[in-house]
Amino acid sequence: MASSAARADTCPKLLMRNAVLYGDLPALRHKYLGIWQTWTWAEVAEIVRAYAQGLHDLGLRHGDTIAIIGTNRPKLYWSMMAAQCLGAIPVPVYADSVAEEMVYVLEHAGVTMAAVQDQEQVDKIFSIADRLPALKAVLYDWGRGLRDYDDDRLHSIDSLIIEGRTHFQKDPRTVTALNDLIEQGKGSDVSVILYTSGTTGRSKGVMLSAERCIAAANDSVAFDHLDENDQVLAYLPLAWVGDHYMNYAQGLVAGFCMACPESTDTVEQDLREIGPSFYFAPPRVFENLLTRVTIRMEDAGSFKRWLFNTFIGIAKLYGEDILNGKPVPLGGRLLYALGNLLVYAPLKNVLGFSRIRVGYTAGEAIGPELFSFYRSLGMNLKQLYGQTEAFLYVTVQPDGEIRADTVGPLAPHVEIKLTESGEVLFKSPGMFLGYFKDEERTAETLTEDGFIKTGDAGFFEPESGHLKIIDRAKDVGKLRTGALFPPKYVENKLKFFPNIKEAVLFGDGQDFATCFINIDLTAVGNWAERNNVSYASYQELAGHPDVYRMIAEHVTQTNRSLAREPLMAGAQIKRFLILHKELDADDGELTRTQKVRRGFIAERYAPLIEALYNGTELADITTEVTFEDGRKGAISARVRISDCPVFASEIGQAA
Amino acid sequence: MTRESIQKGEVLLAVDQVSLSFGGVKAITDVSFDIRKGEIRAIIGPNGAGKTSMLNVINGFYHPQQGKITFKGQTRSKMRPSVAAAQGIARTFQNVALFKGMSTLDNIMSGRTLKMHSNFFWQCLRHGPAMDEEIRHREFVEDIIDFLEIQAIRKVPVGKLPYGLQKRVELGRALAMEPDLLLLDEPMAGMNLEEKEDMSRFIIDVNTQYGTTIALIEHDMGVVMDLSDRVVVLEYGRKLADGTPDEVKADQNVIDAYLGVAH
Repeated sequence: MASSAARADTCPKLLMRNAVLYGDLPALRHKYLGIWQTWTWAEVAEIVRAYAQGLHDLGLRHGDTIAIIGTNRPKLYWSMMAAQCLGAIPVPVYADSVAEEMVYVLEHAGVTMAAVQDQEQVDKIFSIADRLPALKAVLYDWGRGLRDYDDDRLHSIDSLIIEGRTHFQKDPRTVTALNDLIEQGKGSDVSVILYTSGTTGRSKGVMLSAERCIAAANDSVAFDHLDENDQVLAYLPLAWVGDHYMNYAQGLVAGFCMACPESTDTVEQDLREIGPSFYFAPPRVFENLLTRVTIRMEDAGSFKRWLFNTFIGIAKLYGEDILNGKPVPLGGRLLYALGNLLVYAPLKNVLGFSRIRVGYTAGEAIGPELFSFYRSLGMNLKQLYGQTEAFLYVTVQPDGEIRADTVGPLAPHVEIKLTESGEVLFKSPGMFLGYFKDEERTAETLTEDGFIKTGDAGFFEPESGHLKIIDRAKDVGKLRTGALFPPKYVENKLKFFPNIKEAVLFGDGQDFATCFINIDLTAVGNWAERNNVSYASYQELAGHPDVYRMIAEHVTQTNRSLAREPLMAGAQIKRFLILHKELDADDGELTRTQKVRRGFIAERYAPLIEALYNGTELADITTEVTFEDGRKGAISARVRISDCPVFASEIGQAA
Repeated sequence: MTRESIQKGEVLLAVDQVSLSFGGVKAITDVSFDIRKGEIRAIIGPNGAGKTSMLNVINGFYHPQQGKITFKGQTRSKMRPSVAAAQGIARTFQNVALFKGMSTLDNIMSGRTLKMHSNFFWQCLRHGPAMDEEIRHREFVEDIIDFLEIQAIRKVPVGKLPYGLQKRVELGRALAMEPDLLLLDEPMAGMNLEEKEDMSRFIIDVNTQYGTTIALIEHDMGVVMDLSDRVVVLEYGRKLADGTPDEVKADQNVIDAYLGVAH
């Protein structure tokens, strides 16, 4: 297998290899009309070939770009594969982007075709079509509501597949012609362009070559012993490197089965039904799950609550040690086994985590408590540190060497250097070819000796050799006192409280640190229901004095925990406020991957930040909001600011 | 078929000089209008104008004292709701009328009742022909679930669902009857902007995809004017105006009675 994988240097070649090697094994599943439909590798290969022929007849050629817009649906994955068969380059785009955001990527990528999910996306594309002169065809998966559209450029993906098949039948020479096209595909060709979500301004198109993608995937597949018997649930955005790497590339290399959820709202149910053996999720997903579990336990009867709390306590004591293979007293092992029977196994079953052999989290730092919670249940959750530009792994934790506060030692075949300022530089097997049509920024990102600058500040822990990431290098600042100010580090601590959904810290160049807080509507709403707090809107709940008291407690606890770490003690939060609205990607406050856009928020809420530092109790703010349909409105609010106690560094006191 | 040709097309249902009173209260007085095949027809008017009474007359729940109703060429004066349903008239209600304890799936399945033909014996056993039949109906219902994008709540008891979703389930149940004429009584009452947009989308899609003729009562004028091919305006049980949205919007009587001056 290794030798044939080595020969297959493009994704379509891998697909054809899998059709031979694993012909009868499942390659893709999709729940449709309530039933899981399965396609084997042989079937997928047949469909993709017919589809590729259909695309070829429509005029898609080597080097053309084709946008892929939608959620994780088999036909969109086939669109990528079919395009790659012809040497065309798929450009997956975040499906929930509004038309204005989308136009930048599509214009920049110069797409000639777009394969989209449904009418919503078709409407978006046509609304910006006049800015896409190269656009020749729009292909859709789901035809609802499209019956009355009479644009010559619109085709259904199904019809293309059927046309491709008929073409094969009528003219057998096309079969060999397509084979030749696939064979002519070169590993050095651009395989995909992934646009970064753009935490810092305009997104960049990361060009990845086929051979490097496959080399990287080969390494990680071997690292985690993935094979054709594994199964994943593909639910992350197609445009995110996480999905393209973990599911698409690794799936092709290892030959495992990728399951597509029925709809974006059913992911949790589908996860339970599929029971994946390999799982990848950003910390946010784990956070949400824990919040949900916590809420449900608070609503449960007192006996169940007692049972849950007792055994989670036991899991905290012994669970991680057992997973890491460390010595644990017999009594502990017995209690843990009992807890597994009564709590852990059923809980994992409900979450759909029963069969997970390897789980990863990445994308952002994960709260240590959060990370330990899942590990203590016996789930092999690990961390990795990666980048789109690296395709994907830079460092990764091997089994048994798991730490919550590091991202692990170097991944196979990766080289790392640290600059004097602590910025992490790397070279990896999957590293990008450059940014599409942007040599200037490519040059900015690469060092002279070919390393990629990550923009993240970190250091290697001397004893373990694990990399520790502190924050974005440009975000790590200093308070006026000279103390270190790592915003994300503190924010992550805050976000571990289920009631806090998002936190944005300020303090660079100031006397002390302050913070905006977004409450979690599910958790706080549930709390309000139980405590007879009535509210009519998010805004009202956010401003409620009891909610303020509760959040103040959380902030105090965070301060106390910061005081225990000598490096971070200075970054304790003196004043905070609860924002009157949820931070939203539609308003540009978050990226599409839900990361905070700090600079933008600071500008938008400047009056509030001023109030945090000038000592006032109340501040007025008016902000513009964008509704989902693109309409704009304004909301204004009076926001209360609350003070919080800070603690002296405990280490300092002891010394 | 273009919208214009629909507006001039075959009449599916004709209401002819209908009057309805409850004791001394006159709910509807001498109202005539028609609904053409394939169109979206809105019935608007202030509260108490007789809109819901009109829908009740159409689906046979109320029996008018005067006038007649012609549906698919058949004229009738009295008809039981079950007969109306069997003939292809389905409806949703102003205050959601679902089986709260049953799941979304079962609620929509109940819309297929009239189409189940296997006998009582097999139904009890849920085997043989009854099972074959159930599978066929289930497939149809699953298509509706897919169409309305409610897969995530398939097995959730509807009593637990937010109002907007309950409305969608009710639409699903009405669709399960494969109606020729769908009556929607305030499908968007109590919804927020986003839910309204979704619902509008579904109504348009039902109309274009399944070719279902739709008569709807709605207070959101933006929605009414966008969705409908023709609008009939009632006031105090009488017909005030009838025509395309543009005609109705320009009608001085309608402006005085209902719409008010454009702001």
